[in-house]
This record gives sequence, C-alpha cells and structure tokens, in this order.
Amino acid sequence: MSQRRVVVTGLGVTTPIGGDVATTWKALLAGQSGVRLLTDDWRDLLPVHFAARVATEPADQMERVEMRRLDRSEQFALIASREAWKDAGSPDEIDKERLGVVIASGIGGVITLLDQFNVFNEKGARSVSPHTVPMLMPNGPAANVGLELQAKAGVHTPVSACASGAEAIGYAYEMIKSNRADIIVAGGVEAAIHQLPMAAFGQMKALSTRNDNPAAASRPYDIDRDGFVLGEGGGVLILEEYETAKARGARIYCEIAGQGLTSDGYHIAAPDPDGAGVQRAIKFALANSGLSTKDIVHLNAHATSTPAGDVAEANALRKALGADADHVAVSATKSMTGHLLGGAGAIESVFIVKALQERLAPPTINIENLDPAVTVDVVRDTPRALPAGDIAALNDSFGFGGHNVVLAFKTL
Amino acid sequence: MALSQADVLAGIKEIVEEVAGIPAASIELDKNFTDDLEVDSLSMVEVVVACEERFGVKIPDEKVTELATVGDAVNFIVNAAA
Repeated sequence: MSQRRVVVTGLGVTTPIGGDVATTWKALLAGQSGVRLLTDDWRDLLPVHFAARVATEPADQMERVEMRRLDRSEQFALIASREAWKDAGSPDEIDKERLGVVIASGIGGVITLLDQFNVFNEKGARSVSPHTVPMLMPNGPAANVGLELQAKAGVHTPVSACASGAEAIGYAYEMIKSNRADIIVAGGVEAAIHQLPMAAFGQMKALSTRNDNPAAASRPYDIDRDGFVLGEGGGVLILEEYETAKARGARIYCEIAGQGLTSDGYHIAAPDPDGAGVQRAIKFALANSGLSTKDIVHLNAHATSTPAGDVAEANALRKALGADADHVAVSATKSMTGHLLGGAGAIESVFIVKALQERLAPPTINIENLDPAVTVDVVRDTPRALPAGDIAALNDSFGFGGHNVVLAFKTL
Repeated sequence: MALSQADVLAGIKEIVEEVAGIPAASIELDKNFTDDLEVDSLSMVEVVVACEERFGVKIPDEKVTELATVGDAVNFIVNAAA
C-alpha cells in the first residue's frame, strides 16, 4: 500500500474576499483586501474595530431552516464542501464506506456557546436551544458534512489552533495513504468574529489596532505590522486516491506529496525565535514527499502580520531551504483574507492548488517597507509567474500551543 | 384565558413552519409530528417551548411524548389554557 498516492480533485471556499473559489482567486490575484470596519453594535467596546467577515453571507447560500440549527462555522463547512464536491464531479456513486471527512476548527461553535449563555441568563434553562450541543461541538462542521454525504470511513476533527486546517488535510492524506479511505472531504473552518474572542485576542496584544485604515492592517513582513486581523470562513479540498480518481475520469489538480509535523515545546503562544520546530517540519515534509529544496518554487506562508511571528517564520524558512530559498516565491495571503485561525491552512492549501494549476503565485499586499530582517523572496503587490515543468509548493501553518504543520503539493 | 382550537392550530402551524420549515398549508390536525412532518426530537423540544411561550401554558416533559399528532397538541393546549 505504500505506493498509494493522494491527489486533489475538488476545491471549495467561502472567504472574506469571495463566496466561492473563482471569486476568491480572482480577488486574490487582484490584491483585494477583505478587511472592513465592523458594523456590530459592540464594536466600540473593543480596542479593535475591524475584521474580515465573509464576502457572501451564508443566508445568501443556504435555506433559513437549515441555517437555524447550524453554527456559523458549520454553515461555512457545508457551503465550502458543497462547492468542492460539485467541483470534483459529484462522485455520489462511490462506496460510502471508503468516503471520509476531516474538517477542523480552531475554536468550534463559540458564537453559539456565547449566544446561548445569554439566552440562559435572560430567559432560563428551558429556553436554551436543544440544538446547542451539536452546534457548539468543534467536530460539528465535520459531522454535518459527513452526514450530508453519508461518509462512513470516518469523520474527524484535529484541533491545533491556527494549524488545525492544515492538520486536517494532513490527517486526510494519511487516511488515504494507509488505505482507510479512497476519498476524503478535508479542510478547516472558523467563525469567531464576536466581541469575546476579539477582546481575548486583543488582551494577548495579538490583533492589529490600525482602526484608521483597516484594509492596510494585515501587512505581513512590513516593518510597521502590529498584529493579525481576525477573519472567518473556510476551505475544503476533495482528496482522492490517485488510481480511484483516474478510474472515474476525475479532473486532477495536483498531488499532495507529503507532510511534516512537529511541536515546539517552547511556549503556549509565542513562536520559538529560532524556528527549530518549523525547520524540522519542512525537512520532514520534504523527506516524506521525496522532494528536495530544489523542487520548491512557491510557499504560502503562515505570516499572520505579528511582529514576532513573521520574522521567526522567515528565518526558519531561510535556514530550512538554504540557498534554494532564492527561487521560492513566498506569498502571505493573510494580507488580503485576514487570519481564519482553523480555516487558514485550508484556504491557503486551496490557494496553493490554484497557484500550481495556473502557475501564478498570489501577491502579498500592504508591504510599504519590507522588514530588513525578512530574508525570503516575498511576492509583493502583483502575482508572479511560476516556472513550467514539474514544480512543487509548500504550505506551512502554526498554532498556539507550538504546533507546526507543513504540507507539500506537486504537479503531476 | 380560553383559546379556540382554530387559534391554537394557527399558532402551531406558524411555529412548526418556523422551526422545521414545513409549509403551514400541509400542517393539519391529523398529521403526526414525527412520521408525517419529520419534526425530529430536538426540533420537537423547540416546538414545545415555543408553544409554551405563545399560549402561556406549561407542557410537562412526560406529556410531550403523548403528543403524537398536531391535534393532540392542540387539544392539550386548549384544555391547559381553559
């Protein structure tokens, strides 16, 4: 079974810059920011007045009755999964015992939890929604997608803060490699734009406070970056065993060649300034996928726009890739989407798949003055063409707790 | 306060449509919540709580299982409010 290969056959997203893959990708190449001032009445209670809400509200993509028993994160999961499933050719005829779902969330149904606590306080126990538990459980997004598609090979939800989405894709990859399944709906979602999570991230001094210019607030690698911008939405990929995909005539985007996972053992929230865990994850991903640093032409960085994180990551990339970092086009797409937490690694994996397909690395916006400590080749302002021939790309994601996940993608 | 059967039926129709998305026109006294209207056990809890608020009655948990049809619920509420 060691020769089983994993390919990508479908993509779906809902993001702050578009309600589907086509719209999102177009906005990404055009360098459009999805960050806007919030209009919620609680906004002025917070030090941060902006976030990156999805461009298309779920109410425009789902029926009302369906929505009311789903947390917002579950709505995002179903919207992205339906697009991805359709994009993969709606393979409904496959054996459901060979179909799995791995969809992550960093926080789960936090908005439901907080809203129902308010209901309890105002109206009492009997008014608390009976749907509360299925809505707030972090495995709810995966479970709802699994239910809709009748997946019976396993439904899973890895949780590793902002690395969750990438870890889900890696878990799905392993499920296919180890012959537990032939097709997996894999990705990550997050819906945490609410006063409490925003106040909490604010207390960590993790969020940008650039209230006078929200669209310029997410500025990875810029010398004046001051924190991340909270985003929401999600991304889903259909992963499929190569021979199975070929046999049904599926359109194949690219291959997931391997992954590397490590943990820092350093601090609950701060990045290890040496980036040793990140370097090891990159080396493991390359070894696991049979690639060398020479093969890598593009990397979608974690780069959240925090002062410490961006430089620690860039240093680790330079050390792990060595001189070959000179031919790696590094894109920090959170400059446009904001940071989707558990959804980040998933939408960024979708962006890598599109980048390999169209041979275009998306830009990084808002870099007015590149931090001189950043020694990788950042794609700025406009997309950059990627070379012809066999090429490969990496997606790295990190999470509070010291989680490092690197996924390797290659053309085939 | 006395409630008429017609008033309660109209109210239940609105509640079930809101909670479960069943068109009010298809909700009649002889319809079974589970078998005909596909109101699942979680949504039934919502229907019961909404009825309590709307009609100002208490529907004890042990009675809920006896309310198989829309007519059962209408009769219970009319009697409880009488």
